[in-house]
This record gives sequence, structure tokens and C-alpha cells, in this order.
Amino acid sequence: MPSVAPQARWLDFLAAFRAWLFLAILLITFEVWAHAVYHDTFLLNPFNISSIAVFTVTPLLLALGQTFVIISGGIDLSVGFTMGLSAVVTAHVFNWGITFSSPLVSLILAVLAGFTVAVIPGLINGLLIADLRVPPFIGTLGMYGVTRGVAYLLARGTTVPVNGSLLASIGNGSIGGFPTVVLLTIGIVLGMHYLLSLTRFGQHTYAIGGNVQAALRAGINVRNNTIALYILSSLSAACAGILYTAKFSAGAAQAGEPVLLDSIAAVVIGGASLFGGSGTIVGTVIGALIIAVIQYGLVFVNVEPFWQFVAVGVVIIISVLVDQVQKQVGKDGING
Amino acid sequence: MADASAPDPLLRVENVSKRFGGVHALKEVSLILYPGEVLALAGDNGAGKSTLIKIISGVHHADGGSLWYAGKEIKLDNPHQARAYGIETIYQDLALADNLDVGANVFLGREPVRRVFGFPFVDRRRMRVEAETTLRGLEIQINRLDVPIRSLSGGQRQSVAIGRAIHWKARVLIMDEPTAALGVPEQRKVMELIANLKESGVGIIFISHNLIDIFQASDRIMVLRRGSKVGERRTSETNSDEIVRLMVGG
Repeated sequence: MPSVAPQARWLDFLAAFRAWLFLAILLITFEVWAHAVYHDTFLLNPFNISSIAVFTVTPLLLALGQTFVIISGGIDLSVGFTMGLSAVVTAHVFNWGITFSSPLVSLILAVLAGFTVAVIPGLINGLLIADLRVPPFIGTLGMYGVTRGVAYLLARGTTVPVNGSLLASIGNGSIGGFPTVVLLTIGIVLGMHYLLSLTRFGQHTYAIGGNVQAALRAGINVRNNTIALYILSSLSAACAGILYTAKFSAGAAQAGEPVLLDSIAAVVIGGASLFGGSGTIVGTVIGALIIAVIQYGLVFVNVEPFWQFVAVGVVIIISVLVDQVQKQVGKDGING
Repeated sequence: MADASAPDPLLRVENVSKRFGGVHALKEVSLILYPGEVLALAGDNGAGKSTLIKIISGVHHADGGSLWYAGKEIKLDNPHQARAYGIETIYQDLALADNLDVGANVFLGREPVRRVFGFPFVDRRRMRVEAETTLRGLEIQINRLDVPIRSLSGGQRQSVAIGRAIHWKARVLIMDEPTAALGVPEQRKVMELIANLKESGVGIIFISHNLIDIFQASDRIMVLRRGSKVGERRTSETNSDEIVRLMVGG
């Protein structure tokens, strides 16, 4: 065993489980706060739990694809408006489909269209980054503008209401007491976890983020892998857009605007490094839950909503600091 | 090759040349490597050592000349093809992914997959077990195989890179400055490893600036200067003064 100073081991533990610790501390804080001030329970109220879960869905769905991109050493700033684009197209296609076919057929067409339209910005991002060597920050920032404009143009600057009630019944329905959107999201989370942690694609994503030269020399098809990553990120955003349209019975270009940065925050709080090479789906889920608990919890205990921004910001900074300190101590403390 | 006692050469490079624009990086250089032999490439910066090994490992394509592997002429369009012949290269930067564990690095880009209900799963257990077996065979000690290799020492990381090449049945192993970034005890460990590989019949091409290492490890020394081969000596029949003279010319 390499000799590890006790405080280094303690820090390793802290760094590895920091997201869980944050979540636990937040839940306990709100529980105590709710008891002390309002003689009420925060955690044991099923309505709160369900609300937090529904609240988590949109930022989490954006964050799932973002996790892959960030692990590969990139970033995708376009997901917010890719989500909006997808939401608007889903609404339009549903309305169009229902003019000549059954609601079910239009639903299928609408969902397919919502995914298909999202592939376009994802593919362009991937080609820009993999083939034309555009830095991910710049390429996806450009695509942020393009998808934003196109989404508003398609929506004619307003929201697109959905005709009929099928979509709304999915978006606001529940199965066995659990909100349908939450159940769908759990399914997507499981799929993404499989893809990242258990397949070669996921393994290569880590390798690209860890050392792209090593990945190239090992014969990994870095180009195709990178393009696939950005398409995956867009599809992940499309899930959020489609569920948004289902929930609000309307597609809106600005649907994802407020959650774009939350989604990146969720990935980082969940333990991913913006330098690439690390991060997990489980971490991202916890990260998204932390943000949702802060936002919902502060409302629950009647704090002015602007404190949410402060609280989320502080959690991001602490999270990255713990990571830095642990890496530094880890480097000095382990003698091979 | 009338001499029946001499083994067939593993690798033969004949009169390869390479230009980069106006620069004549390599001028009709030839090389022979036998199994179980360590050939050291010596030369100053810009002498053409890197260009030569990049041609042998399939990274660069020679403008002229030919490559022969086990008696057959081969064409290498990319590093993949070189690797398929058992020509493995360990670069100075080792080409390891620091965020992955030993098994994942040994199998980087060639991960084994097992199917469960039709779904492919990366077989991590097999990667760890086989990596461990290979490393043990090379008498490489690594305490933890399940942690990211950034926590390993320079020598251990070098060992992982060598282990990877051996795991994939390297017959020709090209090592670019394998001891440059290591402390003295670790340099010694790598030199022992080279001796072990030699015994098992691997042909090794060894690039180094360090004449002490070259004299300790190699059987033959080939000296390049400004893209040309300026001399080749049996290590036992020369000394560092002569090699330095060849390197700097004059």
C-alpha cells in the first residue's frame, strides 16, 4: 500500500462523496428549518418529494448528455435552445399530425420529429469540433445562437399551444402514484448510466477526456466518438424539450434557457471535472437533485427566491474547491 | 543469409527516405533487427531517429525504400497495421490515460466485451485479471490495479506501457527515451525489464540520449546524423568516445 497521510484519505473520501454529503446536509438543514420555524416536515411530505423530483427532470435531462460531453473534455452550451427547438417542433408536428390522423399517431410523429430536429445541431457541433477543430466552447456557443434563432422563428416569437389532451395527460399524469415524467426520466438515467459506465463507447469517452493522444494512438476513432457525443447531448436535450411540451401543452423556444447553466452546474457538483476525464451519471443525478432541493427548499421555508442563485453558486464553488484541494493533497501525499 | 546459424531477421528496413517539404529528414537509411536483440539508435536532435521509428510504427509513410517483416515486404499505412504485425511503440509520453486504471489502459481501444441478455458490457474483470497476469509475467509490481494510474509512479507507469505492448504480443518493441523521465532506481527497473524482454525473443529498438543506458542495454548501436546513417557498431566493440564522435561528426 502506498503511504497515505490520514488527512489525505479523509479528503479522498470527502471528494468522492461530496455530492452525497451536500445533499444530506441540505435535506437535514431544510428539515430542521421547517420544524423550527413552521413546525412542519420537509422531507416526510410526499408532495415535497414528488415536487422536487418533477423539478429535477428538465435540468437533469440536459445534464445527462452534458455529462458525456464534459467527461470527454468538451462542453455543450447549445443544449438549452436545442431543447427549445425540440419543444417547438414537437408541438407543431403534433398539431399537424392531428389534422389527418389519430392522437396516438401524431404523438409518435411529434416525438420522432422532436428527436430528429435535435440531431441537426448535435451533428453540426460534432463536425465543427471533430473535423474543423473549433473549440467546443465556441462551436456550441455559435450553435446556441443558431438554435435560439431558429426555435423562435419556428415558434413565430411566441409559444405554440398543443391541441388535444393526449400530450398533457402524459406530461402531467402518473403511474402507480409516480409522476410519468419522473418515471420516464428514471428510464433514461438508467440507459445513460449503462452507456457511460458499461459500454466501450463510455470507456472511450473517458479515454478521450483523459488523454486524447493516447486514445488516438490506441486506435480509438476519436472523430466518430466526438460526433456521437454531441449528438447524444442534443438527443438528451430533445428528451427535455419533448417532456416540456407534454407538461405545459405548449412548445416554447425559451423552454431551456433558464436551466442551461443549472445543467452544467449539476454535472460539476456531481463530481465531473471541466478538464475532462472524470464524472458519473450517478453524480450528475445527485448534482441535479442538490440544485432542485436548494431551489424548492428555499421556497418552502419562505426565503426570497433570489437566494437560490447565491446558494447554487456557493455549492458550485465549494464543490470545485474540494476537488482541487483533494487533487493537490493526493499528488503530494502518495508515494508510489 | 547463407549462414544457417544466424536467425532470420525480424525486421529489415531498406533504404528508406523521407522528406518534409524541403527538409530531407531521412536519407536512404537501412536497419536490421534480430529477435532477442536490442538495437540502440543514437544521434543528436534532428538526426532522424524519430522519423525513422515513426516510419517503422506506421505513423509516417516513407517516400522511398521498403520495410520487411519476418522475410516479407510490408506496407504500413497507419499505426494499426504496424500493431497487427506485432510492432508496438512506447512513446516518451507513454500514451496512457491517467484517469483510467491499469486494466483499462492495457486494453485501451481493444476492450473485451461480454454479452448479457444481448447487451454488450465491457468486461472489466477480464481486463484486470489479464493485465495482472501480464504484469506478473514481467515481474512488475503494482500495488493497486483498480485506481487511476495517475497515482502510480513514473516507473510503474512506464511498466504499464511496456506491459500493454507485451500483452498485445509485441515482437518488435520500439522505445523512445524510456528512462528519460525516471529516477535512478526506476531507470534500473526499466533496464531489467528490457533484459527480460530480450530473453523472451522480442526485438527492441531503443532510442536514448543517455550513453550509459545505451551501453548497458544494447547489443548494437546505430548512429544517425542529419538524416543519414553514419555508423553501426557492436556495443562490445566500441566505446562512448567513438559513438560521440560519430554523433557530432568530424
